[in-house]
Amino acid sequence: MSVDRTLPLIVAAPLFGAALLVGAGRRLPRSAAEVLGCLFAAGTAALALYASAGTPSSTARPLEWLGGWRPHGGAGVGIVLVGDRIGLGLATLVSLLVVAALAYAWRYFDEPPRRHAGSFPALVLLFQAGMCGFALAGDLFNAFVFFELMGVVAYALTGYRVEEARAVQGALVFGVVNSLGAYTTLLGIGLLYARTGELGLAQIGSALDAHPGGPDALVVTAFVLVAAGLLVKAAAVPFHFWLADAHAVAPTPVCMLMSGVMVELGVYGIARVYWTVFAGPGGIPAPDAHRALLALGVLTAVLGAVMCGLQRHLKRLLAYSTVAHTGLFLIGLAVLTPEGLGGVALYVLAHAGVKAALFACVGILLDRFGSVDEPELHGKGRQLPWVGVLFGTGGLALAGLPPFGTALGKAVTEEAVGGWATALFVVVSAVTGGAVLRAGARVFLGLGPVPGSGAAASRPADAADAETTGKAEEPETKGGRLSRAPVSMLAVPTALLAGALAVGLVPGLRTGIGRAADAFTDHAGYLAAVLHGRATEPAATPPPHWTTAGVLWGLVATALAVGGALLAVRRPLGAEPARWTTPLRRLHSGHMGDYVAWFLAGVTLLGVLVV
Amino acid sequence: MSVLPYLIAGWLFLIGCYGMATSRNLIHAVGCLSVCQSSTYVLLLAVGYRDDGTAPVFSDITPGSRPVVDPVVQALTLTDIVIGATVTALLLSLVIQIAKRHRTVDPDELSELRG
Repeated sequence: MSVDRTLPLIVAAPLFGAALLVGAGRRLPRSAAEVLGCLFAAGTAALALYASAGTPSSTARPLEWLGGWRPHGGAGVGIVLVGDRIGLGLATLVSLLVVAALAYAWRYFDEPPRRHAGSFPALVLLFQAGMCGFALAGDLFNAFVFFELMGVVAYALTGYRVEEARAVQGALVFGVVNSLGAYTTLLGIGLLYARTGELGLAQIGSALDAHPGGPDALVVTAFVLVAAGLLVKAAAVPFHFWLADAHAVAPTPVCMLMSGVMVELGVYGIARVYWTVFAGPGGIPAPDAHRALLALGVLTAVLGAVMCGLQRHLKRLLAYSTVAHTGLFLIGLAVLTPEGLGGVALYVLAHAGVKAALFACVGILLDRFGSVDEPELHGKGRQLPWVGVLFGTGGLALAGLPPFGTALGKAVTEEAVGGWATALFVVVSAVTGGAVLRAGARVFLGLGPVPGSGAAASRPADAADAETTGKAEEPETKGGRLSRAPVSMLAVPTALLAGALAVGLVPGLRTGIGRAADAFTDHAGYLAAVLHGRATEPAATPPPHWTTAGVLWGLVATALAVGGALLAVRRPLGAEPARWTTPLRRLHSGHMGDYVAWFLAGVTLLGVLVV
Repeated sequence: MSVLPYLIAGWLFLIGCYGMATSRNLIHAVGCLSVCQSSTYVLLLAVGYRDDGTAPVFSDITPGSRPVVDPVVQALTLTDIVIGATVTALLLSLVIQIAKRHRTVDPDELSELRG
């Protein structure tokens, strides 16, 4: 089977599996439904792996015009799936992570809702189809449809435990903010269609290029509107408010997927739209796009890192660390070079493994102790030494310990940006990694003062009221708390961390990503391949590789993270947070109206930055 | 073709956002989201409008004999309506569940997720 033909299957196979599970799920016993779900997810993963590894090097991008509606002379009405190497790699990552999440969930929900054994795997398969479709879509409207499919399933999965008060609340806020973002994207797509009469990425790009001389108001508005929706998905500041609320309440396997790949797909969407549509002479000039992405990236990285350090709710802590890393990805993207993009691709790949593994560890704590609150779990983790080892390793990898892939991605990205970026990357990854290590040291080693004595007891009630603690969470396993961690729930984070290690160590992956980044940033090559079927070789840049400076900065970040964690642990738990953080905490009010107002402010800010 | 439909699309979007930002009732807020979405319908249909154009149904007119409006945006609008129905139904069901669990639909009283 040729690679071209497998592209539709990557989207269709999980959709078919979901339909089968919805139809037959009522009659199937639980184990059969879960095996079926795993089989379809793994089959799709195999297809995506085959497509991304089996693409002959002569064809940079396999593509498939659905129904054979090929373009004539550069104009076309058909729907195209483009297996750009980065997109195919993301589809592979999505599928592998879905397999991991389903394997983790195997023992997770001990008792599914009665007569609905297939509902959870079916929803996860739909989620997979939406994400794979978004990664492969070659036209803007289908990208929007897959964006919404991925969104709607994510809202449903976030509110999966409908009996819980906080879960439905977080899911509603997530749904409203993300849908609003999707509608702005659609407005932008409408404007682009009005200008060019086309919906395909390549067609719009070439139509814009036919009128060089810089963008006019309509093109700028379209770019701002399309990017705003994608930035909501990517959780860039100030569009990020939904993320922590949704991650705090979603079931853990869903958090693994949302933090691991869904948020990163927003970053991918911006890169995709910029390079295929707006990178030409008729699009957005590179300095403008650079300024906008860089400013938002720095803001996101700094705010995410600060909020991450302030959290005591472990899932929110990991959620804000995702915000901080998204900021780093945006900064890497902002340099608009193949080097920066290659570094970000490596970083995303390794970050997905590490972040999913950390969420898996928190899920075990939640099911064992019924809490994700750092003070309440103090010292309890000593009963789970193996989970502690995994959690600590994840924290070190997040901080950028070589030879983990996170360290390689961070090093390549910061070198591509250059200058002051090294300091920012080191500090942000040290703060996020340090926060994880601090929590790990308290929970699994019992370091630091025991909570409930001294300062913690005398803490004023209103200060404690101003944040989400994570006490009294419902364990997600029904039928009582876990007595011990099941093997599958330990094997999944182990495998994920091993994967993140392999990203840093396998040299073939690095050269592959380097070539993929070259092809991805080749605006003219993409247009020629899609519209005229001509494969051109992009200019080759040196593939990402380890450098001495990169290794040293990785070690510095890790040392800073460990030192910071040890210092933070000595502070009495539950002491009143520093006064300067109060306004930041107040911003994250959990109120839907505030988030909508921030969304509008963000769109305005983006517009000001681009003009 | 006048600029009026485009102004209406922008106004619908902004008034929907205003409604969501100031809403004191979640059902009202979900309705405002639908108002925002209807701005996309207006924009898409305005983009495809042709002066003196007729419906793009070729069973009773000869192709090329007279201008027709753009069928692509109509297809997009239909898809968009389907998506909007799904999203609205899901969000309203979440509101029902919030009303059951929290005994309120006022977003000002839902303040468990902060900081």
